[in-house]
Amino acid sequence: MTALIIRNGHLIDPAAGVDALKDLLLKDGRVAEIVSPGKLKATDGTEVLDATGLTIAPGLIDIHVHLREPGQAYKETIATGTAAAAAGGFTAIAAMPNTNPVNDSPEITRWMHSPDRGACVRVYPIGAATRGSKGEQINDFAALKSAGAVAVTDDGHPILKDSIMRETLAAAARVGLSVIQHAEDTRMTQGASMNAGPIAFKLGLRGMPTEAESSLVERDIRLVTELRDSRVHLHVAHTSTAAAIAAVRKARRNGLRVTCEVAPHHFLLTEEHVGLYNTNAKMNPPLRSAADRDAMIEGILDGVVDAIATDHAPHAVHEKEVEFENAPNGITGLETALGLCLRWLHKEWKLPLGRVLSLLSAQPAALLGLKGRGTLAVGSFADVVVFDPKTEWIYHAKETRSKAHNTPFDGWTMQGKVRWTISEGRIAFSATTPQ
Amino acid sequence: MTAATPLPARRQLHTPQPPVSSFPHNPGSLLSVMDLDLDTVSHLLTRATALERQDPLTRDRILLKRRIALLFYESSTRTRTSFELAAKSLGADTTLVSSLSSSIEKGETLKDTGLTLRALGAEAIILRHNSSGAAWLLEEVTRLPILNAGDGMHEHPTQALLDLRTILNHLDPSSKTVILSEARVSSAVEGPAVSSNTLAGVTITIVGDILHSRVARSNMLLLPRLGARVILCGPTQLLPDSAANAGPGIFVERDFEAALRQSQVVMMLRIQAERLAGLQLDLAQYKDAYQLTGQRLSALAPTALVLHPGPIIRGLELTAGVADGPQSAILEQVRHGVAIRMAVVERALTAAGKEGRA
Repeated sequence: MTALIIRNGHLIDPAAGVDALKDLLLKDGRVAEIVSPGKLKATDGTEVLDATGLTIAPGLIDIHVHLREPGQAYKETIATGTAAAAAGGFTAIAAMPNTNPVNDSPEITRWMHSPDRGACVRVYPIGAATRGSKGEQINDFAALKSAGAVAVTDDGHPILKDSIMRETLAAAARVGLSVIQHAEDTRMTQGASMNAGPIAFKLGLRGMPTEAESSLVERDIRLVTELRDSRVHLHVAHTSTAAAIAAVRKARRNGLRVTCEVAPHHFLLTEEHVGLYNTNAKMNPPLRSAADRDAMIEGILDGVVDAIATDHAPHAVHEKEVEFENAPNGITGLETALGLCLRWLHKEWKLPLGRVLSLLSAQPAALLGLKGRGTLAVGSFADVVVFDPKTEWIYHAKETRSKAHNTPFDGWTMQGKVRWTISEGRIAFSATTPQ
Repeated sequence: MTAATPLPARRQLHTPQPPVSSFPHNPGSLLSVMDLDLDTVSHLLTRATALERQDPLTRDRILLKRRIALLFYESSTRTRTSFELAAKSLGADTTLVSSLSSSIEKGETLKDTGLTLRALGAEAIILRHNSSGAAWLLEEVTRLPILNAGDGMHEHPTQALLDLRTILNHLDPSSKTVILSEARVSSAVEGPAVSSNTLAGVTITIVGDILHSRVARSNMLLLPRLGARVILCGPTQLLPDSAANAGPGIFVERDFEAALRQSQVVMMLRIQAERLAGLQLDLAQYKDAYQLTGQRLSALAPTALVLHPGPIIRGLELTAGVADGPQSAILEQVRHGVAIRMAVVERALTAAGKEGRA
């Protein structure tokens, strides 16, 4: 494999504590050398990228992505989803198991990893916690793990039964896997399509109460407490309510291994962004009140939130061009996450750049135990994002590399333009390469 | 995980603003009562009266041979018939597409049905749909004038306009109180113009299944803008507390008798069994607390006007005696529906190119 040199960029690697101008040598898919600018000699055949004026950081990691394969290739494929990821600066993404069939077996995990899928960044499958994600029969976690799964979840089909959830937490802990819960007590959200409250009332839509999320988070934390096993790790997916954040904060104070992620739409948008039935503002969990949104920002700033994850959920155009109640949940997010985080978390709300990048790489890597990712220390995977941190630009959904266009951020100003994304030493995205 | 940076508690942050609505795209559309400023409401009321009085032989030249489609995904008697009669009174050709006898049954989407009707030459579509917001979707994709004839649990703007016309018809202009005899129709040839204090001092109570009612929503968003107080009355399962935040001038009162005592107008609603979605309701208990009986009416609101958007369920939300009694204006509402819908249909096909929305 040829080597690659990235010259004269500002390297920010929060996990390694580096924040300085550096040259990087990437070789055989790994970080080979990090030295002061000008100290690396390019040998014949070594490609050199000039990163003068640019920021170099560990490739971003998104632990909540829907790649739709197998089974729903008309929405997205592993090839198009990873292309969108690379365009957004991501070098590793974790794929949710709500595919068709559900990823509840080592065969599907291996199928997703096949070179035939055309992934251009690393894909980490997440296995289904129960057979068919039906919440009844627990899968063979050891087999899923050895096939490559990095966590288990039933995502959109939250595990409601106490006994099954307790068993899932315990069984996953025994093999060293995290349990990710989409916290929604679906008994409280039948027929609902947005956050419960005055706006849902005004729009004549049935609402999902915040308690549907927070009560399940509280239940899960109680189960973790009762298990008294330090290996148990509960990760709360796409947290959207102040009460859920408060429950996670309290669990952490009590020394439990409970983590959470927040999606950009939940720290930026409120239920008011549903406007007059914009189906690109429909997702689950739904956009909440301004007070809940503020609690997401606060949780990110004060450190209780462990990761930013996009919940990238592509859908075909015709699926979203229907009555609001009939539209599927979800929005895309891989190409807009960095631009929104830099524009709002960093520029507007003054979260230091290193903290922003950590939430998008080092912390999610640590959370799922992705070894050699989330840092550019020598010997790590050569997963790199090089971006211009100052450039402002407008995101146009029609130019996306994803198959899908369902985003509420079409036409929004982003900050920080990705110049190159390098996945295990290969250039997976270059801003100058045509689509 | 990374150590927390201490921050000043709850500092005021600048956050992204919600988008400004681009609806309605077509100046002839009537999607929500919120699309109408008071000048437009006045214009529609004036035109309703003028059109009602116009010679049918000249009236039918106004929209002669223009094409209007009625697209109905739910059954309807009053709304469909009065829209159809209104459009035909103005000379338009109408065609009815209903979900049970069309390609909708075969899985055609609202978008495709709308585009098909446009391709067939429809110049406006009157839509009744079981999903909230359907009229917005149809307008977005067809850009035709869309008249919302009821969308799910959301709005029914022509019903609010005809309810307003009914109320104004009983408003004594000198005392500004609601009287039982029809006050205005004979006196005001041009029809009443309204302002922000036309209904000042008037309390209208809407009773019953508010949660599932598009009639309630359109009325609570329209009437307070003319100065009225709107009291919403019903049990918590059918009336969430947050309803009071839907707009200014809206109040929630759980006690029916306390609400009745303050009301000049009482609007009774049907329990929408088709939208209860598993909600359990004890009907005997409901009738005990919220049925409008002759006894309640004569004891607590003997001069109040009784309205109901229909269909009425005799013996449930109101007794037969009240429905047929002297305080009932239920059939008068139906009559006003034709006049109001003539004005709304006329506006739909003549608004384009004119200044403003009128």
